[in-house]
Amino acid sequence: MSIAFVRTADAPLLPAPPTVVGWQAALRHRFMPTPLSGVASIVVGTLLVWVLWTILDWALIRAVFVAPDRVLCNAEGAGACWPFIGEKLLQWVYGFYPHSERWRVNIVYLMGAVSLAGLLIPRIPWKGWNAIFFFVIYPVITFFLLLGGRFGLTYVETSQWGGMLVTLVLAVTAIVTSVPIGILLALGRRSEMRVVSLLCTLFIEVVRGVPLVLVLFMAANMFPLFMPPGVNPDKLLKAVIGTALFASAYMAEVIRGGLQAIPKGQYEASQALGLPYWKMMGLIVMPQALKIVIPGIVNNFIGLFKDTSLVTVVGIFDLLGIVQSGFNDPKWASAQTGNTGYFALAMIYWVFCFGMSRYSMYIERKLNTGHKR
Amino acid sequence: MDWLYDPRLRGIASQIVVLLLIAWGLYEIVANTQANLVKLNQNFGFDFLGKAAGFDLSTSLVFYSSNSTYGRALQVGFYNTALVALIGIFFTTILGFIIGVMRLSKNWVVSRFATLYIEIVRNIPVLLQIFIWYALVLKPLPGPKQAVNIANSVFISNRGIIMPQPFFGDGTLLAIILFVAALIGTWVFRRWARKRQEATGQAVPAWLISLPIIILAPILGLMLAGWPVTWSFPELAGFNFKGGMTLVPEFIALLLALVIYTAAFIAENVRSGILAVSHGQSEAAHALGLDGGKTLRLVVIPQAMRVIIPPMASQYLNLTKNSSLAVAIGYPDLMYTTGTVNNQSGKAIEAYSIALIVYLTTSLVTSSFMNWFNARMKLVER
Repeated sequence: MSIAFVRTADAPLLPAPPTVVGWQAALRHRFMPTPLSGVASIVVGTLLVWVLWTILDWALIRAVFVAPDRVLCNAEGAGACWPFIGEKLLQWVYGFYPHSERWRVNIVYLMGAVSLAGLLIPRIPWKGWNAIFFFVIYPVITFFLLLGGRFGLTYVETSQWGGMLVTLVLAVTAIVTSVPIGILLALGRRSEMRVVSLLCTLFIEVVRGVPLVLVLFMAANMFPLFMPPGVNPDKLLKAVIGTALFASAYMAEVIRGGLQAIPKGQYEASQALGLPYWKMMGLIVMPQALKIVIPGIVNNFIGLFKDTSLVTVVGIFDLLGIVQSGFNDPKWASAQTGNTGYFALAMIYWVFCFGMSRYSMYIERKLNTGHKR
Repeated sequence: MDWLYDPRLRGIASQIVVLLLIAWGLYEIVANTQANLVKLNQNFGFDFLGKAAGFDLSTSLVFYSSNSTYGRALQVGFYNTALVALIGIFFTTILGFIIGVMRLSKNWVVSRFATLYIEIVRNIPVLLQIFIWYALVLKPLPGPKQAVNIANSVFISNRGIIMPQPFFGDGTLLAIILFVAALIGTWVFRRWARKRQEATGQAVPAWLISLPIIILAPILGLMLAGWPVTWSFPELAGFNFKGGMTLVPEFIALLLALVIYTAAFIAENVRSGILAVSHGQSEAAHALGLDGGKTLRLVVIPQAMRVIIPPMASQYLNLTKNSSLAVAIGYPDLMYTTGTVNNQSGKAIEAYSIALIVYLTTSLVTSSFMNWFNARMKLVER
């Protein structure tokens, strides 16, 4: 008798073990692949639930939704004080801008939103005209419309501007000016002219080496001393100049990164075609370089938008400043007013910045065409 | 007219034009400033640094009173900036690494938690976060009379965390010498251990041996010297505490905000660094029988470091620069003291120039140190 064995029929197909398939396996794979990982799931999960519950409890369950003044919000155990936000919201949007003139701010917001939507949504045509409008015409219109004093509009001092208006004015001005100045600085730094490249490098490195708060303080305190005697620039203008210069230095470094990524052949080819410097840069190099660094530029914009909040420190009522100024209103000052204001403010900033970062990722995927072959 | 189109000549000409423009601008600024200073009845100079400051600062690492000089006040500010920056960098590195590794975890709960943390924290301005932490830290704390009392030595109140302060007398030197000796000794020991492991494959638990030595050496030194340490315990006197050392709430809020904010960015750097290490590396490590922790520690992280270090350096610089936001909540850092000095003395140009130079030097020193470190860590190829 031989021990040789040859299977003549297929072995019966067994179902996959429950540790590999099915919802239990999926659950196990996600939450508890190893015992240690299971412990981590429990610890982190508990922490997460606790944090979320604390916020939920404070923001919804114990919150005060309707109240004429601070009395209810000041009660023991009260949560978020939402009526405070309701009453202050218009002030957050318009600042101290006179009631009868708010339509001007509305027009500015509307034009900005429409133009920006036209720029950001790839399917909408007339990008070139739109860009010219947003980067050149829109700032000019905004300046005259908001400040007034001409064309029959009443004059509104910048000290009456505030809230979202100031934040957006700062951010948009800085964004609009930092790109061209950044391009010039980046070109200057890479220039073969020693003096120019030295000066540009010096400016970029000094500005990047110091905090924005210092730049703002210097703009507020030293800038007036540099002006001819008797000239005292507007407080908001000083902050705008400080932020714009600061943003330009960072923008220059991002753009320089893009310039360095362009192969030398591109420069040589355009020179061989007989293009002079500015045409070579404007028609051949910059379009490619800027396309590469769009994510970096958008990241810079996000940082810039967050950084506009620092002007609060030099006494300008931007969004953060105006929210804080509301805390001292005797009608609403309570134990929860501050927390509620900060919470709402954090959500506003978060929506803006998160939106921008998502858009940057979307455009990055969309533009991912060149150079990868 | 050929010379008109000579690129070299044109370059020189435009550089001269630029130089002239800059010189003219500088001349205007200097002339205007002089005229303004004359009008304000002031003169430019750093003599004021030696005069009495006349203001108090809430916390300082060196002796400071309102009779101290302006120069001393700026010095205190610099030390406070350095303190919050160094401690902040230490903790944010640890937190950033933990969050970054967590984000890559296969565990759904853990990776989601890290994602949530990063996406929330980095999209909210750091100044707002400082204010939030300040409100959260300061508000719930009781007044000094109702302070949380831990064993009569640590008090937690809205004046901050007050702890016993050690004073080191004679003989401390012995402890320091022993500590340094232990550091050098363990360094040599660990070098030897690594050489041995590379030669024979036998691992020595170097950390397990060297850590206790480093901790025990200074204690031994103090014991040999007859324990020359005296403690100053905090006591409630009237409405405030006397003695002990204080961590002011502003410091705690600033530190928390900076650590948590910067960690979100470091976590992203760490994540991209780890992802940059090819998958084959960790597979090879697994094939050699290393477990998950060892794979990460010995194979993945050392290679990821090369990608992580450069962006990490700029995050460290960001943290240091963001520490100047202390001015918003009144922690006496360099920015805050500079502002106060400017208000008190009216020397705007001098005070802010000093701050500018200090921040700039700090940035340059940090970035050159990180460049050196980066060069050391760089892949040495054949």
